[in-house]
Amino acid sequence: MSSRSEPVAEPNHARRFGLIWLAATVVATPLVILLIGPIMPPGKATEQAAGQVTDNTVLLGMATPVLLLVVLYLAYAMICFRQPKGAVLEGPAIRGDARVQTTWLIVTSALVLSLAVYGTLRLLSDDGAGSGSGPTPLTTPKGPKLPVQVIGQQWAFTYRYPTYGGVEVPHLVIPKGKMIELHVTSLDVIHSFWSRQLGVKADANPQVDNIAFVEANRVGAFDVRCAELCGLWHGEMFDHGRVVTPAEFETWIHQAQVTYGPATKALPPYSTTYLPEPTRRGG
Amino acid sequence: MTTTTAAVSTPQPAGRPLWRRLIGFNLLAAVILGVGGYYLGWFIGHQISGKSFAYQENSSENDVALLLAYVFGVVGFLIGLGFANYPVSRMLGRPASLREKEEEGVGRYFGLCTDHKVVGIQYLLGIGLFFFIGGVNAMLIRTELLHQTPQFVGPGQYISLVGMHGTMMMGMMTSGILGPFANYFVPILIGARRMAFPRIEALTFWLLMAAGFILTSTIFFGGFPTGWTGYEPLNDQAVMGMDSYIIFFALVGLSMCLLGLNMLATIITMRAPGLTWSRLPIFVWSVLATAVLMVLAAPMLVATLIMAALDRTIDTSFFIPGGGGSSYLFENLFWFFGHPEVYILALPGFGIVLELLPVFTRKPLWGYRLAISGMLGVSLLSFFVWQHHLFVSGINADLRPFYMLSTEIISIPTGFIFLCAMGTLWKARSTLSVPMLFCLAWVFNFLIGGLSGVFVSDAPSDTGTHGSFFTMAHFHYTIMGGLIFTFFAAIYYWVPKMTGLRFNERLAKLHFWLMFIAFNATFMPLFALGLKGQPRRVSEYASNLHALNVWVSISAFVLGISMLIFIVNTVYSMIFARVAAEQNPWRSKSIEWQIPHPVPVNNFEQIPVFDSDPYDYGVPLTVAGTQPASAGT
Repeated sequence: MSSRSEPVAEPNHARRFGLIWLAATVVATPLVILLIGPIMPPGKATEQAAGQVTDNTVLLGMATPVLLLVVLYLAYAMICFRQPKGAVLEGPAIRGDARVQTTWLIVTSALVLSLAVYGTLRLLSDDGAGSGSGPTPLTTPKGPKLPVQVIGQQWAFTYRYPTYGGVEVPHLVIPKGKMIELHVTSLDVIHSFWSRQLGVKADANPQVDNIAFVEANRVGAFDVRCAELCGLWHGEMFDHGRVVTPAEFETWIHQAQVTYGPATKALPPYSTTYLPEPTRRGG
Repeated sequence: MTTTTAAVSTPQPAGRPLWRRLIGFNLLAAVILGVGGYYLGWFIGHQISGKSFAYQENSSENDVALLLAYVFGVVGFLIGLGFANYPVSRMLGRPASLREKEEEGVGRYFGLCTDHKVVGIQYLLGIGLFFFIGGVNAMLIRTELLHQTPQFVGPGQYISLVGMHGTMMMGMMTSGILGPFANYFVPILIGARRMAFPRIEALTFWLLMAAGFILTSTIFFGGFPTGWTGYEPLNDQAVMGMDSYIIFFALVGLSMCLLGLNMLATIITMRAPGLTWSRLPIFVWSVLATAVLMVLAAPMLVATLIMAALDRTIDTSFFIPGGGGSSYLFENLFWFFGHPEVYILALPGFGIVLELLPVFTRKPLWGYRLAISGMLGVSLLSFFVWQHHLFVSGINADLRPFYMLSTEIISIPTGFIFLCAMGTLWKARSTLSVPMLFCLAWVFNFLIGGLSGVFVSDAPSDTGTHGSFFTMAHFHYTIMGGLIFTFFAAIYYWVPKMTGLRFNERLAKLHFWLMFIAFNATFMPLFALGLKGQPRRVSEYASNLHALNVWVSISAFVLGISMLIFIVNTVYSMIFARVAAEQNPWRSKSIEWQIPHPVPVNNFEQIPVFDSDPYDYGVPLTVAGTQPASAGT
């Protein structure tokens, strides 16, 4: 076997790869943001969903250069740093490089910390960004809010409107342009109230009042699904809701009070949580 | 160095009749005593709870009976294997028998054997069996998801399948690399003749096997509806099949904890002279980091499950809100174990990749110390991130910024591992052998897993992705892409040493490419499915997701076929073709390839003395253009 002539014949791999990566990043990152950004789930039906679209797009923009760095490097290494066929050559005995390691540490730390800061700011500025924020959310939106209670039980969600006499309805209807304060709770096991289009997800725990905020900015239908395994018919625990104009909402809720009024009277009075049926425990 | 007396193996008298060989403490006796113990426990359980708990009257359910049956069954199983012999004979003042190690032949693999090499192979076969069962579950799940509504199995069976698949994989595969490869190679790599606690080593394996059969037996008791997380109060509500889950995970926790303890004791106390901490192979470091997690995290799981079992049997209310308990408590305790658990799965993979890359690139490991700090950093940080699994649950919502920060910080030490892998590839002389291909696939898969982790670790973004197929794709990229790919890398790399036989190269390459392509074809679309609104663990989904689900199912079947190719290759190469492997097929400089194979019972004639780390590859930079004498051949 022939002895290898060190760097002399080799191209400057660092510069060459650096340029490839830079070119790919400059081209691909804006392209990815421009192409995927507009179709990024969960859409812009609510303020919270729109906020999540922004978050996802920013994260995608930050992830693209990293993805390109590693994938292109892998490809580069598999093409350029190969053992010639039949040969048994040894590579250079490089055991590390303090400069590269320090740079990597600084860059990854900066990236990671900026991600955490960004996520925190978005979470606080969006008042929980549509996620379940517990019984006492850290920040709450200013202005008037319409409280709606979401009750999970095996295997359906029902909804109560405490400001309308606690009337309980089987399908969620919310007015457009109004901040909705969702109080999510459960009567039995853990469920999770998930509406993809609304950009809301909040676990329904028994004896817990889990609050999430959402403000719809367009009229239309949305899906509701249970996102936490809750037993046999978990897969069938889905349903549809509607966003309507405030005027339509008023008409609808008064109609609902008539329709569901008698049934509501048979229910326990409105409360943030409900004690499930008495158990034999604790005795 | 003191020399231990080599165990002189007494060959069994040839031609002993089969029935004579079957009598004694072995798997047969274990099964018989296990079944006996099971029925004893069942009987006692009915005597107790049939009378004192009106709660269970008029139903076929008796959790007390089943839990006791499992516990008694496991005890009987272990006694049958001979685990009581040593303590009993010591208590009676008799000399302890060392028969476990001295026996020879195939019989060793079917009983208590304290030879770490036998335990390693037992682990590989045993875990392989349950990995196969878990894989078949996955195929059934994907078959059901060919349809939008439950058609193939009912919704109850579907969630049981999902639960069994998840629990089997998360439970059995925690020992996927530590069980077979750390047990077999750590003593050799550190120049020791055995593990620190050989009987405990054997115990960890047999506990795991008992656990696997118990989980499989859940199908006779109605399955369990909770998935691998076992959330309360659904756990409390579930039928008897849930008890199988509880005992399974408790035994796995026990096995994991003992395995970790054994590894720690071995690595800390039994290194050969000269094997300083800075010369330890990086795989051993990864085992050390994993063992720390196992010892610290697994007891939490066992304690949690005991509380769950008490809730189910004697009506305590640790987790029952109606009785003063909390469903959050279970989530908290479970994930305090559960998050370290996922790093228990990932860390050995890091070790395998960094251990194998130098061999196939003909270069020293790049950034040895950085890799160690990466592993230890991941290990430490993994205890501070668990509530990121509960971002939308409403628990400690004010602490979400902290968990976001700690979760994202964990990508710094993980990044070290990537940098070390990439540094080792720099100006390398790579040979794309099968183990190398699996390691390179790890880099790609874990990268996708890590980058998708950035989305789920961001609380606002997690609102959309939590509990959806996006999250499911994320952890399959990290666990299947991270652990299983490196598991196969280790198999192709080390099994020729363990058995002395080589794999068919062509089938191995076919296995790799089919698996890699099918894996990505299966899990990449799941990110899109999750973002489009498909939750995990449902057998019904929206009609606009149907086409993509069919694509994923077909890819998953191809992935299953790639596993069958592996099985065919194994059976063909190890049973039929039996081509002897070369002494050192990869030209490795690590010690395990320098000792003869089959590896002698006591590994080394004389305890070796180490004077460097095992990464002495490459052309020294100061003497450019010369070839080290030891290279090649």
